[in-house]
Amino acid sequence: MSGHVHKDYTGAKFGMWLFLFTEVLLFGGLFLLYAVYLARYPQEFISAGKELNVWFGGGNTMVLLTSSLFVAISITALRRGAKTLCLRLLGSTIVCAAIFMVNKYFEWSAKISHGIYPGSDHMKEMQPGEMVFFNLYYLTTGLHGLHVIIGALVIAWAMILIKKDRVNADDWVILENAGLYWHLVDLIWIFVFPLYYLILH
Amino acid sequence: MSDVRTTPTSDRGFFDEGQYPGIFAWLLSTDHKRIGLLYFWCIIAFFCVGATLGLLLRLELFAPGETIMSAQTYNATFTLHGVIMIFLFIIPGIPAAFGNLIMPIQIGARDVAFPKLNLFSWYLYITGAILAVTSLFTGGGPPDTGWTFYVPFSAQTSTNVSLAAVAVFILGFSSILTGLNFVTTIHRLRTEGMTWMRIPLFTWSLYATAWIQILATPVIGITVALLFAERVIGTGLFDPAQGGDPIMFQHLFWIYSHPAVYIMILPGMGVVSDIIPVFSRKPCFGYKAIVVSSLAIAFAGSLVWAHHMYTSGMSDMAVLVFSFLTFIVAIPSAIKVFNWLATLYEGSILLDPPLLYALSFILLFTIGGLTGLVLGAAAADVHVHDTYFVVGHFHFVMFGGTGMAFFAAMHYWLPKIYGRMYDKTIATVAWAIMVIGFLILYISMKIVGMQGMPRRYYDYVPEFTSLNQLATVGSWILAVGLVLMFANIFRGIFKGDPVGDNPWGGASLEWQIPSPPPMENFGEEDPVVTHGPYDFTKAGIL
Repeated sequence: MSGHVHKDYTGAKFGMWLFLFTEVLLFGGLFLLYAVYLARYPQEFISAGKELNVWFGGGNTMVLLTSSLFVAISITALRRGAKTLCLRLLGSTIVCAAIFMVNKYFEWSAKISHGIYPGSDHMKEMQPGEMVFFNLYYLTTGLHGLHVIIGALVIAWAMILIKKDRVNADDWVILENAGLYWHLVDLIWIFVFPLYYLILH
Repeated sequence: MSDVRTTPTSDRGFFDEGQYPGIFAWLLSTDHKRIGLLYFWCIIAFFCVGATLGLLLRLELFAPGETIMSAQTYNATFTLHGVIMIFLFIIPGIPAAFGNLIMPIQIGARDVAFPKLNLFSWYLYITGAILAVTSLFTGGGPPDTGWTFYVPFSAQTSTNVSLAAVAVFILGFSSILTGLNFVTTIHRLRTEGMTWMRIPLFTWSLYATAWIQILATPVIGITVALLFAERVIGTGLFDPAQGGDPIMFQHLFWIYSHPAVYIMILPGMGVVSDIIPVFSRKPCFGYKAIVVSSLAIAFAGSLVWAHHMYTSGMSDMAVLVFSFLTFIVAIPSAIKVFNWLATLYEGSILLDPPLLYALSFILLFTIGGLTGLVLGAAAADVHVHDTYFVVGHFHFVMFGGTGMAFFAAMHYWLPKIYGRMYDKTIATVAWAIMVIGFLILYISMKIVGMQGMPRRYYDYVPEFTSLNQLATVGSWILAVGLVLMFANIFRGIFKGDPVGDNPWGGASLEWQIPSPPPMENFGEEDPVVTHGPYDFTKAGIL
């Protein structure tokens, strides 16, 4: 579009919200499978769910909630012209994302060292419902972890734009959309955490 | 519509106004018209490949036993025919090609809401298409599962299903982004005076379609991702040996793929709704009813997926509920058909090629829709499930419906985009040949299906020979019509006579600007709309 600078913030946010719907529906497929299989294998889901460590999950929940707070404050900071503070807060968000992934790495490693991973000999000896539980667990947390990485990359990209002043106190819709995406990553975890770590205990 | 002032900078409109030199004027362009044409030519190319595969399938079925290909080749060929036609032709066909070309102009916008995202969608489409084609020549051979990728077979076959699943995921992502772009565009970029009840019905149908794209496509994304995971890392969520349930794959698959048939048909209905009033010289009868029925189809169509699964072992209660909901969808479809007929009634009909293609849409779609009711009734479906009756049915609605609407859109809007006219007599002859070939081909399929011939076999018992030969002859007639139609229209748009701004006498915005349209569609000032899209009197056409 030569010459025409078209800025429509409402439109940009509107598009982002539509995209977030699609993300919810993507995870919706996994939640649907969880619901169906939980109804079919309630006892086996409970016995398998006890294997998960609520401290890993709970710790990661705290980390993600804190990171969402950082993002929310960073947007206000940028709007008030506090660019350095905004960048520091976004940097803290990325650190939180890294802590989340390291935590997840240790959690998965512990599971794998106990022989619980798709296709392992130990898994093959389990009850069918337990196998379904762990398959779902790996797929859901794996897909969510992928979204954490993508979200961190999006925030890093927003930081670069802020440094270059392409995103600033007058033009901050990109940061707001990046923040919306990060809140979605957080929100999905808010559902994953109780379904896998809490209600089965 | 009135008060549209444009200042064409050249006779060839946007064709002369590329931002980058040479081929990059296309590959890097964010202009909706250029992106629309990129889609259009890719879609035409894939249609030709898919149609050739279809002809080869018919040739194999000319006689019982092995005729020109082995059973395994036949399985791969029909899978590829389905995947190409569904994911690379019908789904993106009208929305991505003609939606991009026409929709922004119809609402008085200079482009879509997110032009860069629009170009990105095209690159995703091409990437998905290349991966789909690559899956044929790499790995363990071309996928042989049919386009539905049903587990457990798709999880076990040694053919290259994994890559095809990745291709479907990427194509779905492209479709989502296009839908998201269109919904935002229609909400945000309507020009002054373009109220919701003045939006042309083609754009309305794209709006309903785009919502389905946004809300249904992610589900096939996760479904093929799970299939991929099951094949690659062994997370057998659909594998009974690991406690999974293959039926869940079917549910998830059809939660997308049934609404997807409305992604395919709704834009076709929109094309027909736009064409019929213009060639009847009458306002569209029941404009609001057509708008509401589009939205109703999008809504109700999302609730009927399990009617593909009557014989999968669902409970009788579920079968009855889904059968009932399926009949509900017939109501808004019929509302449209009656409104089109009422529009034609007492109109001053001009039998130009776009109207002929639109009329054949009504005929063939109605036949296809009525045979759909046979399949929607649970008791009748058990008899004809997985027979050629089903193949005949969906070719009537998809090819006779969406395919014909795509051709109607080509004959209606390509002269606008290229500024040149094809030979109308040849277009009419080609249309007649196609319809005759079509009816011979697919009616034979329906009859042989009623007699019990199952789909997806390269062989059949000798009793079915004569009907299969008739169908194959029909496919040749159809192919002749297709070749003639394409040759005529492509010669016309490159070498035909200039058409002027408004060759058909349309009243919507795209006919008020030069052909081909200039770079940003409208001149310095945005158009101001003062009347509805089919108000030919106020537009000064009548």
